[in-house]
Amino acid sequence: MAEKISNKSVFFNPFSKDNPVVVQILGICSVLAVTAKLEPALVMGLSVIAVLAFSNVIISLLRNTIPTNIRIIVQLVVVAGLVVIVSQLLEAYAYDVSKQLSVFIGLIITNCILMGRLEAFAMGNRPWPSFLDGVGNGIGYTIILVTVGFFRELLGSGTLFGFRVVPQAFYDAGYVNNGLMILPPMALIVVACIIWVQRSVNKDLQEK
Amino acid sequence: MNKQGNTYTIIYIVVLVLVVGAALAFTSISLRSRQQANADADKMRQILASVLVTPDAGEVIPTFNAVVTNQYIVNAEGKTVDGDAFAVNVAEQSKKPAAERLLPVYECSFDGGDVKYVLPVYGAGLWGPIWGYVSIDADGSTIYGAYFAHQGETPGLGAEIEKPAFSSQFEGKVLFKDGRFLPVAVVKAGQKPLGDEDYVDGISGGTITSKGVGAMLSACLAPYEAFLSTLAK
Repeated sequence: MAEKISNKSVFFNPFSKDNPVVVQILGICSVLAVTAKLEPALVMGLSVIAVLAFSNVIISLLRNTIPTNIRIIVQLVVVAGLVVIVSQLLEAYAYDVSKQLSVFIGLIITNCILMGRLEAFAMGNRPWPSFLDGVGNGIGYTIILVTVGFFRELLGSGTLFGFRVVPQAFYDAGYVNNGLMILPPMALIVVACIIWVQRSVNKDLQEK
Repeated sequence: MNKQGNTYTIIYIVVLVLVVGAALAFTSISLRSRQQANADADKMRQILASVLVTPDAGEVIPTFNAVVTNQYIVNAEGKTVDGDAFAVNVAEQSKKPAAERLLPVYECSFDGGDVKYVLPVYGAGLWGPIWGYVSIDADGSTIYGAYFAHQGETPGLGAEIEKPAFSSQFEGKVLFKDGRFLPVAVVKAGQKPLGDEDYVDGISGGTITSKGVGAMLSACLAPYEAFLSTLAK
């Protein structure tokens, strides 16, 4: 590494200033897929935190032994193994949630954030900072997932975590749920709005 | 040793794959019985949901054992076949020709002598499989309740088939009209089917899933025709 970064910034930067979703624009695919409801969005976020943290640590431990020309394959094998283990654990201990997320847990393998962090961070850093980097990026991803899920479920279904929050009186007065919010395109538009807000607040993210 | 050499690379990847493979095999074996128990309890919950019984999470197995008094397999001629009804894989059976299928029946008894027959159904939605359970009254024709589930239909659209708002429409519909077997059709809201069969409204925006439910009902309930006609007598 060219410059030494503190563990604190490794952990906290991905929350906002270096957020994997809204600044690096990684992992957009799963943001579209799992954010129609809040609960799957949250569990997906937690699963990504777990997989990202452990794969970062494992790759960081192995980093000096991995042959350069097959490093991507090694990373994929480690990530795929961890993802299958997470999905098996969910099936055994949180059956209802695993049924809801079904294929999306498997799709963590294809989440660009994982490959991005393994390649950019874990391959060049010691295990402890790598662990922090994994958890930090996972939380950064989860924050965006939950925010998008919040707006999509509230406006699209009138519920939060499955509980009705928009009062019946609103519907009686002619309010209707916005069906478009449930469809994937609205996830992109919500993400774009978050990026807009974030760039208005953080001036140093704006390109000159 | 040269870390960029072919030998090192090959040995490295072989060892890595073996280690990961062993870890996965170990996880799978050590969790299998738990997963199977979860899957069985979930199947029991679904069967109970079709007879409108919704026990709390911990009460599923005792409730199932109390309500489901008999389980058996029938064939397309309506005759009972030997075998464990609960272990029948409906997904596999639904791919076979109707005459060769093993058709599970779950007989539920309630206080007051009411008997309901629960029949499993399995079909295809838009993105993946859909399945469910339909309970039939003792007359072999009137639907008492229905439960549908899906693997990955669009949330808010096709996925609405799992909501009671959709499945409760089936209650009271009949499968036999003037002695003819006519499975319930699923049509666009406000439309009617061409024949005189009973019908329910599909889900707006979930057209393919709704059609899938209709196709699933006619494909999976038709083989039960002989069995259901024997009940009518």
